Amino acid sequence: MKRIALLLAVVLLCCTLVFGAQAGLLINGAGATFPYPIYSKWFDVYHQKNSSINFNYQSVGSGAGIKQVTEGTVDFGASDGPMNEEQMKAFQDKRGTQILHFPTVLGAAVPTYNVPGVTGSLNFTPEALAGIFLGKITKWNDPAIAGANNGVNLPANDIVVVHRSDGSGTTYMWTDYLSKVSDEWKSKVNKATSVNWPVGLGGKGNEGVTGLIKQTPNAIGYVELIYALQNNVPYGMVKNAAGNFVKADVSSVSAAAASAVKDMPADFRVSITNAPGKAAYPISSFTWLLIPAKIPDSAKRDAIKGFLKWMLTDGQSYCEQLSYAKLPKEVVEKEEKAINNIQ
Amino acid sequence: MPSAGPVTGSRSFLAKLRDGDEIARLVTFVFAATVVLITVLLVYELWINSTLPRHKFGLHFFVTQVWDPVMDEFGALPFVYGTLVTSAVALIIAVPLGIGASIFLAELAPPRISDTLQFFIDLLAAVPSVIYGLLGVFIVVPLIRTVIYPAINKPFGFLPMFKGPSYGVGFLTAGIVLAIMVIPYIISVSREVLLSVPRDQREAALALGSTRWESTWKVVVPFARTGIMGSIFLALARALGETMAVTMVIGNTPKIAASLFAPGYSIAAVIANEFTEATGELYTQSLIALGLVLFLLTFVLNGLARLLIVVTTQKGSGVSA
Amino acid sequence: MNARLRWRKLVSNFMLTMTGVCAFVSVAVLFFILGYLLFNGGTSINWAFFTQLPKPVGEVGGGMANAIVGSAKLLLAASLLGVPIGFLGGIYLAEFSGATVASVVRYAADLLNGVPSIVIGIFAYAIVVQPFKHFSTLAGAFALGLMMIPITLRSTEEFLNGVPRMLREGAMALGASKWKTISTVIVPAAYRGILTAILLALARVAGETAPLLFTAFGNRFWSQGWAQPTASLPVMIFTYAVSPYEDWHRQAWAAGLVLLGLILIINILARTILSRGIAVPRS
Repeated sequence: MKRIALLLAVVLLCCTLVFGAQAGLLINGAGATFPYPIYSKWFDVYHQKNSSINFNYQSVGSGAGIKQVTEGTVDFGASDGPMNEEQMKAFQDKRGTQILHFPTVLGAAVPTYNVPGVTGSLNFTPEALAGIFLGKITKWNDPAIAGANNGVNLPANDIVVVHRSDGSGTTYMWTDYLSKVSDEWKSKVNKATSVNWPVGLGGKGNEGVTGLIKQTPNAIGYVELIYALQNNVPYGMVKNAAGNFVKADVSSVSAAAASAVKDMPADFRVSITNAPGKAAYPISSFTWLLIPAKIPDSAKRDAIKGFLKWMLTDGQSYCEQLSYAKLPKEVVEKEEKAINNIQ
Repeated sequence: MPSAGPVTGSRSFLAKLRDGDEIARLVTFVFAATVVLITVLLVYELWINSTLPRHKFGLHFFVTQVWDPVMDEFGALPFVYGTLVTSAVALIIAVPLGIGASIFLAELAPPRISDTLQFFIDLLAAVPSVIYGLLGVFIVVPLIRTVIYPAINKPFGFLPMFKGPSYGVGFLTAGIVLAIMVIPYIISVSREVLLSVPRDQREAALALGSTRWESTWKVVVPFARTGIMGSIFLALARALGETMAVTMVIGNTPKIAASLFAPGYSIAAVIANEFTEATGELYTQSLIALGLVLFLLTFVLNGLARLLIVVTTQKGSGVSA
Repeated sequence: MNARLRWRKLVSNFMLTMTGVCAFVSVAVLFFILGYLLFNGGTSINWAFFTQLPKPVGEVGGGMANAIVGSAKLLLAASLLGVPIGFLGGIYLAEFSGATVASVVRYAADLLNGVPSIVIGIFAYAIVVQPFKHFSTLAGAFALGLMMIPITLRSTEEFLNGVPRMLREGAMALGASKWKTISTVIVPAAYRGILTAILLALARVAGETAPLLFTAFGNRFWSQGWAQPTASLPVMIFTYAVSPYEDWHRQAWAAGLVLLGLILIINILARTILSRGIAVPRS
């Protein structure tokens, strides 16, 4: 018995040594679920090209990304809601350096739903969306919804609102839009990564919300476009500032970014919801990587800078197949210069 | 020369140290003391890291319904409500089933069958929470939505308890999953407690002409009453602290609702969902304050449970849960 | 009189049958869970599951090799932390301590045992993750190890106390010092029970998810060494189950089957070891 135990201990020790051997650089990041599909693709491809570098990205929500990068428990964060002044100051205070925002892709938050009998795209006006999420419009056949959808047979069922239960940049995007189009929303709820929702169920991450909508009849929620596409969940068109009902896709999202490009601030923090333009999709947004301006570990710093350069060039070619829009040329140029700010 | 057996008089410390015994005593004492230290440190950390909400909200924390990270307003009420309601539902389902099963195992089943069944029930207690959550999401949630809700809502929908639409997730779903998780605790402890009731109690009742059921229900069970209460407290303590299974089926909505079909939130679930992303000291510390509340609740219940069980079984060491 | 007696007998038979139904239902649930997992998980388990890393989001395939290894590492480190403290502490309680110290230690262990696992996660985050500024396997192991201590401690004490007096007295009569008695006579006599307790503690923490959420965090790749975040089976099950991807659901079932199978095997092993040993109080 003793001999077996000794043998087992030796085997286990060997295993630990094997698995404990340091080989390759691990860089930890956490944050937004919105761009998770493309980030995981990028990190996978980048690892294939540079087998000694592993970018471990955990899709835990923009809120968690901001918190963890501020605490320093991850090397970089990711968020679709830019950090506000207070959060940036907190970062500065805690870590002794600035936080830099680097846009990666453009995406869209779409209203997804599961209405029995409806398989196509419904039209949503800003008033309808605000009313539904405020809990004032409670039935699917309400005139505010039916009015924009002539010919569609909407049932008289109660609407089940689904939102995010975790801190989310997608929520930020959605509430930012609602605050712009509805004064009542702005005063009652306002915009943030985590708000006090008047109604609805909470799902964790874009994944959780999509899952809930799929399983719950009469549900409506908001998710990033790719989640609706990958899971075959119908999503609706939204009326933009110019009065057209636009469906979210690569070109309508790019159109929304076009107007903001000229006035892009140096720190890249800009909101493009409810953008002007005939073909613009109104609930679009950049999504950012949050990177500290000072990275003491030179290996990590070089790896991150190397990845950013790759992301802005080769990486952008993966956007379309996952239904994200590429960054506009002007933004790419500005960013390539900004990479040098990482010391 | 190392001495064995009873030692008379005192020896110098160094002499004692050379003696393997003293070293052993010291070393094992250090480890035992570590346990106490860790526990003290844990309570201390919880207390110290929840000072902000204590100072800002005071006792108001327990009666505020709002959980608003944007406005920095935090109240524990929806979570305490959710925790208590789901646990109550769990007990309502689990206690009759559990006590019934334990009566069967203790009174009726032949010893071998009783032991075998107990073995399986102990295995049920070993199933991890996340697996219950997995089954909850894919089996119980659709079951509630397609079978149970229509069956209850149509006849009883006017009652506030059963009103409103059903999303599949909600208080009732969480309660059902919790019930399955706590039944093994009720059964195993109640069974032991019932087995420890002295034979003559039963025999006296039967000698007086009672039926098997009457002797069990009217004599044996009351005799073991305190121990059975203890098992219920134990089950309750487990239900209160349950995290993963509840998070996956409760609906994650910090609202108080009368209907069992409504979505809600529990203390453990909100900590699991929001802890890694709580930006700002007040937010994080409010979550830790919730953790402290949960800890105190389970602490009191576990203490009571042990007391009751020990008193009934008259075994010194009690039962480890 | 006769009618009343018949009624009472009827009630008796009915109620006793109902208790049988209760017992049957309770046990049936276990078999239902096992069967369901076997059916859904069994069809999803393939070689890739055990050998491959997770694929990018939305792509079908891949496996949980890193999570399996991660869980193994976590459990190993947790045992290295929790078992010595529990075991040696238990020896102190059973062999050396006075009554008051013993009750204080026992009380602390019971308190620790009752702490909800999510609160242990908060504690581990404050003590290990924040000061060192990263999520790590060690932090996760710390949390799990803490949970193993109370069970190991109480069981060690119980089983040591259960060793018959005559063994002790025999050793002392032969001139053995206290420590020698403990290490060569008493502990070996109680080792079955203690081993059982360790296995049961291991089985309990193997399935814990909540404390790992903010300690070990997660990792899509292999976790190197002990200071990096790591994937683990329970957390993967949780993440995949609440996602909308069918393929991830499939993998969650497979992982659930593997995890439950492992835990049940450890439990059955532990209980069989115990039942074959000397008569000691059951835990």
